Amino acid sequence: MTIDRQTVEHIAELAKLELTEDEIELFAGQLSAILEYVERLQTVDTDAIAPTASVLPLRNVLRPDEARPSLPRDEALANAADQAEGQFRVEAVLEDV
Amino acid sequence: MTAYEPVIGLEVHAELETASKMFCACEVVDSTSARPNTAICPVCLGMPGVLPVVNRQAVEYGLMVGLALHCEIPAFNQFARKSYFYPDLPKGYQISQYEYPLAVNGWLEIDLPDGASRQIRIRRAHLEEDTGKLTHVDGHSLVDLNRAGVPLLEIVSEADIHSAEEAEAYARKLRAILQYLGVNSGDMSKGVLRFEANVSVRPVGSDELRTRTEIKNLNSIRSLARGVAYEIERQTAVWESGGAVQQATMGWDETRQVTVVQRVKESADDYRYFPEPDLPVLEISPEWVETVRAQLPELPDAKRDRYMNALGLTRYDASVLVAERAVAEYFEAALAAGGDPKQLANYITGDVFRQMNLEGREREEIGSLRLTPQALAQLVTLVQQGTINHGIAKRLLETLYAEGGDPAALVEQQGLAQVTDESVLAGAISAVLDENPDEVARYLAGEDKLIKFLMGKVMKALRGKGDAQIVQRLLADQLEARRV
Repeated sequence: MTIDRQTVEHIAELAKLELTEDEIELFAGQLSAILEYVERLQTVDTDAIAPTASVLPLRNVLRPDEARPSLPRDEALANAADQAEGQFRVEAVLEDV
Repeated sequence: MTAYEPVIGLEVHAELETASKMFCACEVVDSTSARPNTAICPVCLGMPGVLPVVNRQAVEYGLMVGLALHCEIPAFNQFARKSYFYPDLPKGYQISQYEYPLAVNGWLEIDLPDGASRQIRIRRAHLEEDTGKLTHVDGHSLVDLNRAGVPLLEIVSEADIHSAEEAEAYARKLRAILQYLGVNSGDMSKGVLRFEANVSVRPVGSDELRTRTEIKNLNSIRSLARGVAYEIERQTAVWESGGAVQQATMGWDETRQVTVVQRVKESADDYRYFPEPDLPVLEISPEWVETVRAQLPELPDAKRDRYMNALGLTRYDASVLVAERAVAEYFEAALAAGGDPKQLANYITGDVFRQMNLEGREREEIGSLRLTPQALAQLVTLVQQGTINHGIAKRLLETLYAEGGDPAALVEQQGLAQVTDESVLAGAISAVLDENPDEVARYLAGEDKLIKFLMGKVMKALRGKGDAQIVQRLLADQLEARRV
């Protein structure tokens, strides 16, 4: 499967990344290579292997219900592209999801 | 003309009242009043490199609800990523559960206004995280993420509901169970409990499933009932006029009391669910389930049955008392203070609710009344002991409701004690009979119902305090004595 320019631009838009023309070309090639590799993995016969959701030997990692201090608001908002009234300000999004 | 029947399923989102969020240690704050963005951290902000960790209490609260709804609890649980891009969740996905939810295949018994009850099947209940809140101003949206990451339990019914009344009964019962469990306040105005209804209609007797619509923005149980009733009528009219219902998300417009199209769905949403790689699987052992089951409080149905069997209440009174946790607690506090169960039930479901309705107070506010459960118990006991009569008790209840106070002391101060002295009562009666010779004559001539008029006059003369039974007996005697 090949990733074309249009798909890269779409993904970049969703991820709020600004890419140059060169980067679009570069990532289209890299993403295609990654997907081709995954396609190769899919050819492996896994019929005899039980499905798994996680390869970590962990289960039930839980924490007690105790509240701890959150970030100071200034810090939390420091990376926001835009802010107002202590809130993140984004372009109007009226459509409900 | 073909008759149509509705097919309704309800999806409920209930925030779980934990101290901290689902996957991080930020405090759960009241999202309607807290300063925006004061309970957020790198985890709920979706910063790179952070790891979520599951809140044990949220899992246990979810299990409590699952067990209260008679669900099976699968041993294998897994969280999943539900992808969607919307600023109310900064990660670009919501951590939810998909193929392996916390609880499945349960049921809820609903009580209908005609006294019947029915079981509505529960398909599943799963854990997820709540989203932030958006405020739309001047072509922009402001994002407050205090609520993002608050534990949320989504409870999905089967499409077993067939009227707006059943939908309302389901909502009321589920809300009561959440309140009894102490996992959710049920305060829909604060958005901690949210209902969405999936509604379609079909010809009666058929088992087809026609196109459904989803109703959102239902901010109270009343809105839910009205929104569903409206949508049933609207869809029925569409089919009857030869049209076809379009799949859509509808919003309930509270002001206009209509549903309006919010979004037309042309294709199924693609949330691209996949197992959450940042969270190890969750195994719920039978021992864990039993530990949680042992902690369950007495739930509304069991309480209702106990009120009927042990206290001798009618099914109707018992159902009304258990419908709100606060009312059941009030009743039990009055019971503990020594009141007679049946009398207490009568006063609470009668006079107390009437006073609250007059004031526009919700039943769940009963715990904050000036009329304390102890005072009500004392009032009931004063009537039973014959210290005051029913009429005085009703008046006294109004005083206690408005001002609070101690019933026995008020009876003393205001001289409200029942008059049982027969010579006093007889004196009042003969005075009334002397003053109303015409009515006496007509009574003696066969107009039996005039005894009520005379009885009223006597009680009025006694300022309501006469012992009604004695007055009735003496009045009848004196009337007979005048029959010459």
